Amino acid sequence: MKYIRAFKDKSARQIMLGIAFFSLLLLLVIGVSLLLKALPIMKEKSLWALLSSGNWKPFKGEFGFLPYIISTLYVSLIAIIIALPLSLLSGIYLCTYASKTISRIFEPVIDLLSGIPPVIYGVWGTLTIVPLIANKIAPRYVEFSSGFSVLAGGLVLAIMILPLLISILLEVFRSLPKEITDASLSLGATKWQTVKKVMLRKSFPGIIAATVLSVSRAFGETIAVLMVCGNIPIIPHSLFDACYPLPALIANNYGEMLSMPNYESALMFGAFLLFIIIVIFNAISRLTLNQIEKRFSL
Amino acid sequence: MNNPGLAFVSDVFEDYHNKTILMKLPSYHTISIRNLNVYIENQHILQDINLTIPEKSITCIIGPSGCGKSTLLRTLNRMHDDTPEVKINGQVIVDDEDIYGVNVNVIDVRKKMGLLAQRPCPLPMSIFDNVAYGPRIHGLKKRKAINQTVIQYLQYVGLWDEVRGRVRNSASKLSIGQQQRLCLARGLAIEPEYILGDEATSALDPISTKKIEEMFVKLKEQYTIILVTHTLRQAKRIADYIVFMYLGKIIESGSTEEFFNNPKKQLTRDYLSGSFS
Repeated sequence: MKYIRAFKDKSARQIMLGIAFFSLLLLLVIGVSLLLKALPIMKEKSLWALLSSGNWKPFKGEFGFLPYIISTLYVSLIAIIIALPLSLLSGIYLCTYASKTISRIFEPVIDLLSGIPPVIYGVWGTLTIVPLIANKIAPRYVEFSSGFSVLAGGLVLAIMILPLLISILLEVFRSLPKEITDASLSLGATKWQTVKKVMLRKSFPGIIAATVLSVSRAFGETIAVLMVCGNIPIIPHSLFDACYPLPALIANNYGEMLSMPNYESALMFGAFLLFIIIVIFNAISRLTLNQIEKRFSL
Repeated sequence: MNNPGLAFVSDVFEDYHNKTILMKLPSYHTISIRNLNVYIENQHILQDINLTIPEKSITCIIGPSGCGKSTLLRTLNRMHDDTPEVKINGQVIVDDEDIYGVNVNVIDVRKKMGLLAQRPCPLPMSIFDNVAYGPRIHGLKKRKAINQTVIQYLQYVGLWDEVRGRVRNSASKLSIGQQQRLCLARGLAIEPEYILGDEATSALDPISTKKIEEMFVKLKEQYTIILVTHTLRQAKRIADYIVFMYLGKIIESGSTEEFFNNPKKQLTRDYLSGSFS
């Protein structure tokens, strides 16, 4: 009996280790297979040429990825700039000020929002945000904009990651020990003072982690962005220019025109790039997070 | 009876058992609780509490766990405000003002009370900023004045010499005992009139406990101190007055000497002899 228990314990441990290891392996397998597929074009052109050139002419065999990289970063940056303050404020409100009734109504709605399929956000963006930018916002700043632009992509993306961010931030705020806010309140601090000086500070690593998660999501978001950002491979110079993020490039072109030499390999290189961007981004933020935690010993 | 102060206060304690001549008390710098009832989700947690806390002395609230002593303490600085489940009836009169009155600002109430929690809870900032936190949120801006306040209170709690070179370091690196003294300094820095301690030494080692207890004895010269404790020995060591609670009611209260040597109620005698805890 004793031995059976010990054996079960041991084998459970081994099996779980195997499964955990498998997910690690999966990451490697995906990375390596993308790299293998991208190798033909990497052999033909230097890495630097692929990354720094703005020319995208598959017919002539010119593959410059700079517009795609910049578009991806640009759209995601705008999305997070819009979504982060909004979600912080609503998270704080729901967690500290809102009555039970209000949070009981809001929280399921937020969960529901994050469950709506991206294509619906895309259609909605095309029907409302794009005309809004073309007719109302863009004419104030530039001569012409079709509305299919960086700004439209950023806005739709912001709306999409907002519910995700809010629900993660709510978790972050709720996990703060109550004693610490009580300590501040009992000293006579107002709720807002407590939020500013204690809550935000204490949950800073959590806020960073939430941001990283939603930016990673933003990098990879495909269909909704593809529908509103214009898909022209140029380097966007203003918010109202069209752009063409990496996921949109792959989704739009994979399976078509694969007869062109190196085209498939170029697309795979794009996928590999996206993969690397997300890995590097996560690694950097993990490192900074460690630094922050050490520095402030939170 | 050679101590007039003590005689006076034991009169007071007798008074509110008769619940009659409460009004003749000099009410300045005292807390007097009248007909206080507290309900949490329809459970009657505190029942008909009538109590006057004598000034510049240590009053210990004792009783078995779950008897409502912490709830009573938190009622005194309105820490229940953010819990909508808690319903409070009755009056808590602090310095001639009912803190549950209509036009009372909760911040003013809390500024009068320095609360020391069960577990030391330093704010996520440096040692210096922890003590400076209270004065800063109440509007103190001058750097010199802040420095002075911080040093003064760190010295007061005997922490200054221990942390001198590292006041800018994070407060969470201090030992638990040091953290609790830091929290005391932080509470004192808002210049309260009352000090509330919610089992303030229960997480500490004996030496740190002793330091905090000594601090309380020193502090009662200037402050009115109310402590919740569940160690009878601690109450015996430092309290001037004891309030014994059981199941949400005050069973007996009086001066420490009388309470321990000559308890009037059977329930008190049972509690003191250890029949229940």
